Amino acid sequence: MQWETVIGLEIHTQLATKSKIFSGAATAYGAEPNTQACAVDLGLPGVLPVLNEEVVRMAVKFGFAIDAEVADVSVFARKNYFYPDSPKGYQISQMDHPIVGIGHMDIEVDGITKRIGVTRAHLEEDAGKSLHEDFHGLTGIDLNRAGTPLLEIVSEPDMRSAKEAIAYMRKIHELVQYLEISDGNMQEGSFRCDANVSIRPKGQEEYGTRTELKNINSFKFVEKAINIEVERQIEIIENGGKITQETRLYDADKNETRSMRSKEEANDYRYFPDPDLLPVIISDELRTQVRADLPELPQIKRQRFIAEYQLDAETAGILSSTKQLAHYFEALVKSSGCDAKTCSNWVTGDLLGVLNKQSLDIAQSPISYERLAGLLQRIADNTISGKIAKQVFEAMLNSEDDADAIIESQGLKQITDSGAIEAIIDKIIADNPAQVEQYLNGKDKVFGFFVGQTMKASQGKANPGEVNKILQGKLKR
Amino acid sequence: MSLTVDDVNKIAYLARLGIDAQDTESYAQDLSGMLDLVAQMSAVNTDDVTPMAHPLDQAQRLRPDQVIETNNREAFQAIAPQVEAGLYLVPKVIE
Amino acid sequence: MHTKTLAQIAQGLRAGDYSSQELTESYLARIKQHQDLNSFITVTEHQAIAAAKQADAMLAAGDAPFLTGVPMAHKDIFCTLGVKTSCGSKMLDNFISPYNATVVEKFNAAGAVSLGKLNMDEFAMGSSNETSFYGTVKNPWATHCVPGGSSGGSAAAVAARLIPGATGTDTGGSIRQPAALCGITGLKPTYGRVSRYGMIAYASSLDQGGPMAQTAEDTALMLQVMAGFDSQDSTSVDCAVPDYSADLNNSLTGLKIGLPKEFFDEALNSEMAASIDTAINEYRKMGAEIVEVSMPNLKLAIPSYYVIAPAECSANLSRLDGVRYGYRCENPTDLNDLYIRSRGEAFGTEVKRRILVGTYALSEGYYDAYYIKAQKIRRLISDDFKQALEQVDVIMGPVSPTPAFGIGEKTDDPIEMYLADIYTIAINLAGLPAMSVPAGFIDNKPVGLQIIGNYFDEAKLLNVAHQYQQVTDWHQQTPKGFE
Repeated sequence: MQWETVIGLEIHTQLATKSKIFSGAATAYGAEPNTQACAVDLGLPGVLPVLNEEVVRMAVKFGFAIDAEVADVSVFARKNYFYPDSPKGYQISQMDHPIVGIGHMDIEVDGITKRIGVTRAHLEEDAGKSLHEDFHGLTGIDLNRAGTPLLEIVSEPDMRSAKEAIAYMRKIHELVQYLEISDGNMQEGSFRCDANVSIRPKGQEEYGTRTELKNINSFKFVEKAINIEVERQIEIIENGGKITQETRLYDADKNETRSMRSKEEANDYRYFPDPDLLPVIISDELRTQVRADLPELPQIKRQRFIAEYQLDAETAGILSSTKQLAHYFEALVKSSGCDAKTCSNWVTGDLLGVLNKQSLDIAQSPISYERLAGLLQRIADNTISGKIAKQVFEAMLNSEDDADAIIESQGLKQITDSGAIEAIIDKIIADNPAQVEQYLNGKDKVFGFFVGQTMKASQGKANPGEVNKILQGKLKR
Repeated sequence: MSLTVDDVNKIAYLARLGIDAQDTESYAQDLSGMLDLVAQMSAVNTDDVTPMAHPLDQAQRLRPDQVIETNNREAFQAIAPQVEAGLYLVPKVIE
Repeated sequence: MHTKTLAQIAQGLRAGDYSSQELTESYLARIKQHQDLNSFITVTEHQAIAAAKQADAMLAAGDAPFLTGVPMAHKDIFCTLGVKTSCGSKMLDNFISPYNATVVEKFNAAGAVSLGKLNMDEFAMGSSNETSFYGTVKNPWATHCVPGGSSGGSAAAVAARLIPGATGTDTGGSIRQPAALCGITGLKPTYGRVSRYGMIAYASSLDQGGPMAQTAEDTALMLQVMAGFDSQDSTSVDCAVPDYSADLNNSLTGLKIGLPKEFFDEALNSEMAASIDTAINEYRKMGAEIVEVSMPNLKLAIPSYYVIAPAECSANLSRLDGVRYGYRCENPTDLNDLYIRSRGEAFGTEVKRRILVGTYALSEGYYDAYYIKAQKIRRLISDDFKQALEQVDVIMGPVSPTPAFGIGEKTDDPIEMYLADIYTIAINLAGLPAMSVPAGFIDNKPVGLQIIGNYFDEAKLLNVAHQYQQVTDWHQQTPKGFE
């Protein structure tokens, strides 16, 4: 039997506001436990929520960016359940009237573009954290995170492989950072993902029973968890079993998913409109403002890079993947005056190579676009060769100096003086009569030997074009 | 509409509300009485009526994104049943 | 001194007839003397005297706000910094509030001296004060009778002249009904007029805080302090607060009073009907015009209320889980045991009943039939009022079908108790302002007249009530033993 995998993702992304969604407490990560949990976050008797303006703005921005319908009227509802990290006994979320309606996101897998539907995106408050370290067998509750704004982005079950799921997740991850509505930090839990996974015989229209995978908070785990869950489901069905609709936890250490019965036993959430909050009206004024603030989106930027800089699709994709990287690239082209191809090679090759190795992002790059531009200019004006440039680049990584200073202090300036090069070549020809003989007898490969010797003798500084020209003149057959 | 003892137990669990076994029957009766009272609503056709969640037809006001709260943990935890190292303690949560 | 109204006391303080400290000590002594009424849960003697001394200093310095030095007390539903705020429940018996409700802040800023926290039905759920963890409050007019509820402590304390004014809250009649049963004046403002921040929520879309005092003039002074926009309450309305005392003396000639025929059907006890009739006659004499109005959906107010209020309360009370504050059971074996026993041991029967009904009404498969249906009925009731108030300036009727009933008389039949709120509940569903004004006695027990006005028309209500109090003296009567 041929099986088809069906995947839908629910992505929770923390919105990068200063204060919480319904209170004036700070959202900063890493504070001492419960020092950023105010009366509202703790759910003291009598306290009331008031909605943060920025949260609405950010959600609308996201809605526009995925070409979604943004609701005229959006309503907050209470989702009732008891859990110690949910201090009110209910979570303020949205049910019937989410702020963002149907939209979409295009992904590309193996060169094929596919449109993934976004069902909705709604606002809600994050829960606190349970700490299971040893408190005499008890659990400790830290409510600093309680009330941090979340945008829950729910996709249609449109993905057919873990690869597609990852591509979609990356796109959303890229987008929320692009829009500057989330820092996207997965280690700190700012970007989390649950996956609904089912399988069905290829060609069948009806969906199979799905399971919900929780706790898959890295791209790597999403892929592994989905693949392992699909294997598990196939095995069950092929052995005549049935899939139970349930929530399953991915255990990265064991690379397995397991049932979370604790979350299953009573999930009648009794949603109803929160009477402490009134309907949110998304005004035309706000829409206009947000539209005006909307940055060029990655998809559009990528198309522009292809058209404007004649980059290939893959390179354009890499360079447009974050706003900062795209800016770096464009600023480099502009300030160096060099051709875009050269600039893109340096950025995607040398620079990103170093950054990836050191786990830095472009904002933390040890070489600013201005300094890199200075280097590229020296290649363009033949002050140094491409090869020497790599050496200068290495030196720049560990120095504040610009390219000129390094070239100067290390004496790396290219020799373009043909007289000087000629003198070196004369000496090499004189010292290697056997090779001259071979070349003149038709062994073309030996030409490279002379180039190499010349470069070696000039410590790489001889202009390769000039070397070629002079050598060809001297070794005329 | 009449609720059984079973129904009451189910609802009580959803609400995490302990009820003495000997009182369940009387809750079932009281609740059934309340539901009978409430059932009078079905006499009115409300097909074209918009539900009213709030007495006033107002929109949600928005708060500027500003941090105005400072750490008040000590005062808040002074009234807590059990705390340690700044954390609220509860029986072990099993995931 | 204790029979003086709040307005008179404020003037006396200003004139230097007595100091706030003298007043405060005298009222504290009365509270102690009549503690068998059980109207207070907490008396904050030391804080009160300190506040009174401060008030005296301010008065001496001049330029003190109008209520400076005036003693009063808060219903124990308003969070009060550093003071136990129990909401009448074992659940919060150990809850020393770490913050002040906006209403408390406002009275503090106005210079009022709080003498303590007043008894109430547990979490404001009840119409007799019998659901309080701290025991029933006695009605000063007939100590074997209930004071009404849920603001029963507030009403009894004002009626017994233990304080000149008190705060109350009204979700389905909880200010007006005890005011009526205790023979005082109570005002439930328009929903959104008084901040709910720090007022422990029972049913968020119905709850509203308001003043309770001897006279309409006093409630106007108190409302002046309480009313106003609060950025901490999303349901607080940002509209100007008028001078509530300015229109008190306006003439009522030409005032149109609507009498809903549904209020005066055969269900109304004939003595009560006669009392209301007599009161309406006084208005006729003052030049008012009486018009019959009809509100056909009024009879559905109780069914609608008993879905909406329990549904909201079932969620509002979920935060009381024994984790961060409040009652925690001994030695919980696991997390669910902690929840189930803490809540089971600390909530009383009436609270449990309402949580259960609300949980049921919101549960899967019943939501539309109960909750949505109740909200639709709510709309119909609200529209009935809107239509009626297009024809008339105010609507009048009884507050309660009977005067105060005996303690324990109705506790066995919760439904019967609910049905007694028939005249008050619809007003909360609509969110309108309404008052209860003393309007006579039946068997030596007070009777209240209800005056209902349009949204944010509290000044009109106060004017209408005040004029009645100029031609009657029901509000000046003091129960025997409390003169």
